[in-house]
Amino acid sequence: MRQDPSIAEKFQDLHPPFAPQAARVEADRCLNCFDAPCTAACPTHIDVPRFIGKIARDNLRGSALTILDANVLGESCSRACPVEVLCEGACVFHRCNQQPIQIARLQRFAMDAFHASGGTLPRRSAVERAEKIACIGAGPASLACAAELRQRGFQATIFERRPLPGGLNTYGVAEYKLPARASVEEIELIRKLGVEFRHGVEIATEADVAALEREFDALFLGVGLGPAHRLGIPGDDHRDVIDALEFIAQYKTDTPPQVAESVAVIGAGNTAIDAANAARRLGAANVAILYRRTQRQMPAFSFEYEHAKQEGVRFLWRVMPVRIHADEGGIRSLECVQVQIGEGGALSPVPGSTFHFDCGQIICAIGQSPLLQLLSAVRGVELRHGRVAVDRPTGRTANPKYYAGGDCVNGGREVVDAVADGKRSGIAIAEHLERAAQGAGSPEAVHA
Amino acid sequence: MPENGSRPQVEPDLTVNFAGIRSPNPFWLASAPPTNSGEQVMRAFDAGWGGAVWKTIGEPIVNVSSRYSSIDWNGQRMMGLNNIELISDRPLEDNLREIAEVKKRYPRHAVVASLMVESKREAWHTIVAQAEDAGADGLELNFGCPHGMSERGMGSAVGQVPEYTEMITAWVKEKAKTPVIVKLTPNIADITVIARAAKRGGADAVSAINTINSITGIDLDTFIPRPNVDGKSSHGGYCGPAVRPIALNMVQQVASDPEAALPISGIGGIANWQDAAEFILLGCGTVQVCTAVMHYGYRIVEDMIDGLTNWMRQKGFATIEDFRGLSVGRVTEWKHLNLSYKIVARIDEAKCIGCELCYIACWDGAHQCIHLDRVSGPVDGHDVELHTPPAAIEAATRASIAVTPIPKLDGHGPATGATPLARIPRVDETECVGCNLCSLVCPVEQCITMVEVETGKGPETWEERTSSQGGAKECAPPGLTTQRS
Ligand SMILES: Cc1cc2nc3c(=O)[nH]c(=O)nc-3n(C[C@H](O)[C@H](O)[C@H](O)COP(=O)(O)OP(=O)(O)OC[C@H]3O[C@@H](n4cnc5c(N)ncnc54)[C@H](O)[C@@H]3O)c2cc1C
Ligand SMILES: Cc1cc2nc3c(=O)[nH]c(=O)nc-3n(C[C@H](O)[C@H](O)[C@H](O)COP(=O)(O)O)c2cc1C
Ligand code: SF4
Ligand code: SF4
Ligand code: SF4
Repeated sequence: MRQDPSIAEKFQDLHPPFAPQAARVEADRCLNCFDAPCTAACPTHIDVPRFIGKIARDNLRGSALTILDANVLGESCSRACPVEVLCEGACVFHRCNQQPIQIARLQRFAMDAFHASGGTLPRRSAVERAEKIACIGAGPASLACAAELRQRGFQATIFERRPLPGGLNTYGVAEYKLPARASVEEIELIRKLGVEFRHGVEIATEADVAALEREFDALFLGVGLGPAHRLGIPGDDHRDVIDALEFIAQYKTDTPPQVAESVAVIGAGNTAIDAANAARRLGAANVAILYRRTQRQMPAFSFEYEHAKQEGVRFLWRVMPVRIHADEGGIRSLECVQVQIGEGGALSPVPGSTFHFDCGQIICAIGQSPLLQLLSAVRGVELRHGRVAVDRPTGRTANPKYYAGGDCVNGGREVVDAVADGKRSGIAIAEHLERAAQGAGSPEAVHA
Repeated sequence: MPENGSRPQVEPDLTVNFAGIRSPNPFWLASAPPTNSGEQVMRAFDAGWGGAVWKTIGEPIVNVSSRYSSIDWNGQRMMGLNNIELISDRPLEDNLREIAEVKKRYPRHAVVASLMVESKREAWHTIVAQAEDAGADGLELNFGCPHGMSERGMGSAVGQVPEYTEMITAWVKEKAKTPVIVKLTPNIADITVIARAAKRGGADAVSAINTINSITGIDLDTFIPRPNVDGKSSHGGYCGPAVRPIALNMVQQVASDPEAALPISGIGGIANWQDAAEFILLGCGTVQVCTAVMHYGYRIVEDMIDGLTNWMRQKGFATIEDFRGLSVGRVTEWKHLNLSYKIVARIDEAKCIGCELCYIACWDGAHQCIHLDRVSGPVDGHDVELHTPPAAIEAATRASIAVTPIPKLDGHGPATGATPLARIPRVDETECVGCNLCSLVCPVEQCITMVEVETGKGPETWEERTSSQGGAKECAPPGLTTQRS
């Protein structure tokens, strides 16, 4: 990783870690609810009151292991999760007008202590099994799947086309939430567990897939989504029209991109907000998010919207880009038109409302496209609206040898959803292979 | 308007006359570090304290370094405090000179000398004369210190033996011109035995309780109990909020025993005006405070005075005597309680936040009559209701699939508004025994209330029931009728 030293300075923790005493005071506030709603709201069902109680009682190792038992990426989730709509949003304290328990910061406290003490991931079974599983992509979904299988004694291999593991955990999540270095360090524990990582390998063709099928007993697709959609307006091939994901990946893991004085970000999802905030922190004086609809329809979480305003990002609503104007010096402006929203949400330009937004750079964040090329190379796996169709409790696809989870299945949610998917598939694959081994009467298990 | 509307509004008068010792208010400092020197006692009087029982004076002693340890509770410091300190380690002459100095400057305040010397008549006569010559308004005999001094035949070594207590009290009374208070140790099976002995010896009052024998904890790295004195510890005396219920009970026992009845100065975990009011309601004429002052300083007395005054005004009490002892008669032996009285738990659904602590408490710690499912009546032809037990409820949650809500697709995540009905428990009132447990664990004030239900039965006590069945069935062995648990 070639992160620039200035990045750590510019992207300091949005939610700084707890000091030990503060953590215990906060932990003591937790009511230890029965069948806790925070646990129910967490996609990985971390036993929240249990791990918090262990912090209160100074059993930090037990606390971290409680977290890891449910969620092997407990550290990155503690930093990246949109807890306002997950565990903390469900905390009963909201209902008596009190601040919810700061679950994520407590989770980070336990996980930081675990890493600082050199903790390693425990095995669930000491038995070594011969069966091999390939996980394609090294994002949160595959990591959780591979770790679960390895913890149960299976041989798991991860194939990743990029040089670093972690998927968007490393290349996508805003650095002030989860530094790329923290993501990579957390994955080190999965490597130490015995999961094999093969980097720089892109599984793309039917031949690649066929080779994997021969070598492995089961395959897990955790490939995420593809690049951002193109704007599709004249001038969008200019080199200063940038894919938000590339922009973010570059500042996180490479030389930081040069930002223009004025930057337009198109789209109003969480990615657009991350890109706009990053542009501000990298030095752009004027950053505006341009969105076709209104604040109410904005796909971003409302707390992300509030945060962006604090970072100094402006929002222009009901604006549609029409054309990009550039000269030898670069982009000059983005020509836009104001739109009105009619019956059924149909957009139509307001006559005579054309204006120019002066900017030197345009960042596109209008959603990611599915990885249709790869997915269509896998025979028998069904797609629905560009997503892999699976049986939800197991992640099994229409081709019984294949399982899938994460963004490629849910169309793009959060890290914790990918972890939950990967773990469910890991359990399902393990149970399936164990059953198959018993059925075949040939004990494949050998004692380590 | 005072609640007690008919009474004229009077400014409550907090002055007390405790066994002949006058004090501007019932708030005294207990004999302890806050009353170690004249300079401290004068600052305490300036802050508003009505009296001070001087740190016990007597034989010269030395103290160890590392003297206290405490119990913290849920982030609160010093719920209970433990000490292995002995009596005053300052020269007797200094203490006597400063008592005289304080009395000269603060004639209206109560200064009580706490005394402890070896169990010899002359020694007691000498110290009594010295303290009274210095101007003390009264004497408190420290028969309670549970550590160190007791090994030398003083403190609780005296206070645990009724004969010694009576004898030494009598020696003191031979000489004393001022009121004599005997300070009782709680480290004894029945505190009234010693209170009676003090009364027989001629004591004018008692004070209760001194500290309770304790070991507060052990350092789990070194295995050395706290406080650590060079690798060893010693059992100490426990005090602070944690001991208040024990103190209240002992005060009530003394107050309700005709053979022990003397003015009582209440001690043990008192930290605010409410605590003080409770001790006074159980019969105390004054209250003494140590730990709370060690924690926060003399300034806490301001709200003790202000709060008690406001409460008295609200209740229409003009003087301390107006409410002193009002609750003594409300404590009775169990056999006199009304067996026909029935209360049940009722949950206010509008207040419930859905923590389900009442549910698990009733299932695991009470009578399995709070339920999360809304089934009622027999199920599957059984005579009993079938309910989902706790483990099955948790398992269902673990097996559920939850995803991060996307605002556009799923609305705005978990509802933070009203508690969903599915999380609001319900009480099966026919099964509820009215134990109170759920209302005690519920984190929301006034959410679970215990309401009286009509049983249709007239009042009946255990005593009445067993005597009507011919002959009392005692559950305690013969001769043991006082409170035991
Ligand atoms: C800009 C941005 C910010 C985000 N911020 C947050 C946040 O703050 N909090 C949060 O919880 N979530 C956030 N998310 C969402 C979160 O990152 C994803 O939901 C999550 O990473 C999905 O995990 P995944 O394993 O399904 O896919 P990914 O993380 O996308 O991982 C897929 C991996 O597969 C690899 N791959 C793909 N195709 C192939 C192939 N053919 N051969 C080999 N390798 C392949 C990719 O290189 C990648 O490493 C953000 C997403 C974005 C885009
Ligand atoms: C509701 C209740 C009922 C109890 N009943 C008994 C009993 O029947 N027999 C007994 O030996 N102790 C009984 N105890 C005392 C406990 O066993 C225990 O000694 C005491 O509560 C101190 O422990 P604790 O501080 O952990 O509660 C009871 C305690 C409670 C709270
Ligand atoms: S809902 Fe809140 S109070 Fe209850 S267990 Fe979860 S974090 Fe603790
Ligand atoms: S009062 Fe006791 S028995 Fe009744 S519901 Fe509450 S906990 Fe259960
Ligand atoms: S303890 Fe109180 S707030 Fe919690 S579920 Fe029961 S009634 Fe509701």
